[in-house]
Amino acid sequence: MHGRPRKSATPIDESASALKAAKIRSLQSQFLQNHHNKIYTKEALEINAKLIEANPEFMTAWNYRKLAFEHNLSSQSEAEKGDSDHVKSIIDEELRVVENALRKNFKSYGAWHHRKWVVSKGNSSTERELRLLNLFQKQDTRNFHAWNYRRFIAGLKSISEEKELQFTTDMINDNFSNYSAWHNRSVLLSHLLDKKVEGYFPKEIFLTEEYEFVRNAVFTDPDDQSGWFYHLWLLDQTIKLDMPVLASFWPPPGSDLNVPRDLDANKATFPVILYFNEPVEGVSCHTVTVQTEYDIYNNITWSPLSTNKFGCAHAWVTHMGIPHEELDSSKTYQVKISSEHYQGITSLSSVPLSEPWSFAFTVSICHDLQPAEGQSLGRLSLTDANFCTIDSNSNRTALLNSAFQFTNDDEQPTSSKWKSEIIASEIAQYRELLSWAECKIGKLTLARLLVAYDAMITGTEFTPSIAEEVLQLCSELMKLDPPHYQYYKDEYSSILLKQVTSSKESLLKYCWQYKEPTSLNITSPMCLRLNSLSLSRIGSIERLLWVQSLDLSHNQLHSIEGLEALQLLSCLNLSHNKLGSFMALDPLRFLKSLRMLDISYNEIGAHTVDTKRYLCSSPLSHTVAFDKKFKEFANGDAKVMDFWEPFSIFGGLNLIQLDIVGNAAVDERFVFLLVKLLPALKWLDGEELH
Amino acid sequence: MGDLAAEKHAKYILLVEKRKDDVESVLMEHLRINGAYWGLTTLDILGKLEAVEQERVVSWVMSCQHESGGFGGSEGHDPHVLYTLSAIQILALFDKIDVLDIDKVSSYIASLQNEDGSFSGDIWGEIDTRFSYVAICSLALLHRLDRINVEKAVKYIISCKNLDGGFGCTPGAESHAGQIFCCIGALAITGSLHYVDKDLLGWWLCERQVKSGGLNGRPEKLPDVCYSWWVLSSLIMIDRVHWIDKEKLVKFILDCQDTENGGISDRPDDAVDVFHTYFGVAGLSLLEYPGLKAIDPAYALPVDVVNRIFLR
Ligand SMILES: [Zn+2]
Repeated sequence: MHGRPRKSATPIDESASALKAAKIRSLQSQFLQNHHNKIYTKEALEINAKLIEANPEFMTAWNYRKLAFEHNLSSQSEAEKGDSDHVKSIIDEELRVVENALRKNFKSYGAWHHRKWVVSKGNSSTERELRLLNLFQKQDTRNFHAWNYRRFIAGLKSISEEKELQFTTDMINDNFSNYSAWHNRSVLLSHLLDKKVEGYFPKEIFLTEEYEFVRNAVFTDPDDQSGWFYHLWLLDQTIKLDMPVLASFWPPPGSDLNVPRDLDANKATFPVILYFNEPVEGVSCHTVTVQTEYDIYNNITWSPLSTNKFGCAHAWVTHMGIPHEELDSSKTYQVKISSEHYQGITSLSSVPLSEPWSFAFTVSICHDLQPAEGQSLGRLSLTDANFCTIDSNSNRTALLNSAFQFTNDDEQPTSSKWKSEIIASEIAQYRELLSWAECKIGKLTLARLLVAYDAMITGTEFTPSIAEEVLQLCSELMKLDPPHYQYYKDEYSSILLKQVTSSKESLLKYCWQYKEPTSLNITSPMCLRLNSLSLSRIGSIERLLWVQSLDLSHNQLHSIEGLEALQLLSCLNLSHNKLGSFMALDPLRFLKSLRMLDISYNEIGAHTVDTKRYLCSSPLSHTVAFDKKFKEFANGDAKVMDFWEPFSIFGGLNLIQLDIVGNAAVDERFVFLLVKLLPALKWLDGEELH
Repeated sequence: MGDLAAEKHAKYILLVEKRKDDVESVLMEHLRINGAYWGLTTLDILGKLEAVEQERVVSWVMSCQHESGGFGGSEGHDPHVLYTLSAIQILALFDKIDVLDIDKVSSYIASLQNEDGSFSGDIWGEIDTRFSYVAICSLALLHRLDRINVEKAVKYIISCKNLDGGFGCTPGAESHAGQIFCCIGALAITGSLHYVDKDLLGWWLCERQVKSGGLNGRPEKLPDVCYSWWVLSSLIMIDRVHWIDKEKLVKFILDCQDTENGGISDRPDDAVDVFHTYFGVAGLSLLEYPGLKAIDPAYALPVDVVNRIFLR
């Protein structure tokens, strides 16, 4: 019930209501009787029509009409069969009943569908349908049933898309505040673009006009949302790459990897990571070749670093092993990774990769003896006092150096001139708007335009002055529009990380080294410290594939989505953030090298709503089957059955050190189970386990 | 702003269930089984489900089953997937799914999948992504998702994605919060949320919050309590619910209560109904309002009910 005022019923109301109810109820039972007994006489149809007029939403009543329609057409006499007027009169009667129902309730799903059903039988006039539509679309310009019906009729009667586009133009010129019209415009234009219809290809011609058209709407009333999303769509149409590309990878080209030998397992492995600009599928030994001087690896398995069962991800990884018999040699291997069949790798919308690629690096075994895991392990402390600044010339920055050695040269801005011109002109327009109106859409759009423009001009570098301006706009938006504070805050964080990771020099400012050699010997001596930056989300992951030790403590992170791509990560500090559930730790499952984790002082267990519930691997989303081992683990203890989530997260980790104090979920029973789940754990919340 | 009048709302729902002689209840007859689901789920969230005679409800639900295996909105009405899901959800609330002939019900639902992956609501062929959700949710609750082509079902839903990241009822149809809930819910249940542009859709959804704190269902429309459910559950499933002002929304919902006679309406001072009472209470549960049972954003059932089905 919508828009009906609340008032208490008087006795007169009540008796009137009861009377009306009795009438409808009698119609209902007569109708159902006819329906069940398959009676389709004129009288029976009239009862049905009355009932539908009283309640157009009664689906069974519409079904009955369809049965009657079919019955009456098939049982007509020979004479009637030849008489097209007879058929027409049956159809007209149906259309009349629908029209009456729609006049009563123009949002009735049943009525609109009945009309479609009848009209699909043929024998209907396009003019009549358009007339009806004009009536309803004038009455309520946003009625989405009418708009849907319009698209249906346009398809059925082959009305041209250009003609329908003109209709949206007219509607918008009538009143720009018509989101439905803008929406339909985007649908029609997408079709025209896809089909490369003359006048809509190349894109730049129509894009320039569309920018102007929507600008009029936004500038007339910046608070009216009708044009907001359309503008963002145009921007996306302008800048988006039409095909997926390999955005970054690990190891860096030309680098010399020194792979430590795992004495326990007697093997040496290293990850190879491919990071694409959008999620892709199809990375496999058929699409990617791995080649060493001596061998072509035929049976390499690439795994998507993502929680879904369809095998697609931004990042893909394979763990390569040095052949067993070569473990003692001091040989250096050339490894070359290249796209064998790059068109076999496709985006989610089946668009293939834009171009072939390849990179090569060398690998040798590191023979420095390490303590085997499990021996003399001291605790690694990550407080400020344990770090000192890093000398940028020291070999400790080797990882970072190699990551940035080549990538910058490779990336050339690929955009054409018209794109940057369009965006530059939009930037000027929106600056102008902001000079006379302080509005949030102006600021937000300007920020988006600036980011897009800068990426076009400089590639992955981020011009400092532009970064500053965009950050400033985000800060202003947080003040201007407090209900959406966190939206702007997330934008701010993304931009800040873009800025921090834009060059080696800027990243070096956040690199520290451990004062004491790390006794755990599980991580590099250098730590990337992005702590206390008030980050609410992470990003720019493709620039961080080299990181082994990462400090994200004292931020406001409630999600670590993306960290799964950091396959080298062995040491991670997430303490003092806003992680709200165990499932928020899902990305860690992919980090096979992770040994030290600090998630103390978060909000795990403090919330009744888990926003990660459907973004992680779980039987609820049918991404994994229910793990029968959990039943074994719980061993009949009903209370343990509530521990499915920590079981599914920690069961897959191989931690030596964990800090988890300061979360609501942590109590004695939990700690007991945790220790059972993590057999290699040596340090828990600062205390040594025995 | 008052507190949630939980006792009054429970009373109101029990009263509406018994009422049969006024116009409203007669006009609701065709979706009585949906109404029962809304009412009973609300009672469960409020912790008042024991007030209901379980046996009576279960046997009434079963009386709505049609020989095809699907359920009608009331006894003797034609079957439709919309009513079939409500029947399954009611039985799930009472842990009584086993009274169903599961294969028969699943066959009915599976028979409604079309060649392109879409679903018809019944034999008459109306196609809508609402029916995709309803079919997928039903089959998942019955552990019978393997009865349909999930990949095609997902592809069809994706083909209904729009410029704003939202979804409509068929390809090309405008985004609408209710429809978005259906599509996001179906994608969540099938582990396919990676097809969603979460930042784009999240922005559209969070901009549904208007000055009063309430949420509308499309741009430039009035706020309405029922969107508290559709927008909120979608925002939660894509992990962007922090983008709205939760306190203001709590206040808006509480302002729509009839604190005298119980029930919640679409907007302050409008007439209450079971539909909006359910969406108001469920919305408050999604906002972590104290004293309410948690509700699952995808299956639209209390979390303990869903966990009982999938995590045991
Ligand atoms: Zn409503």
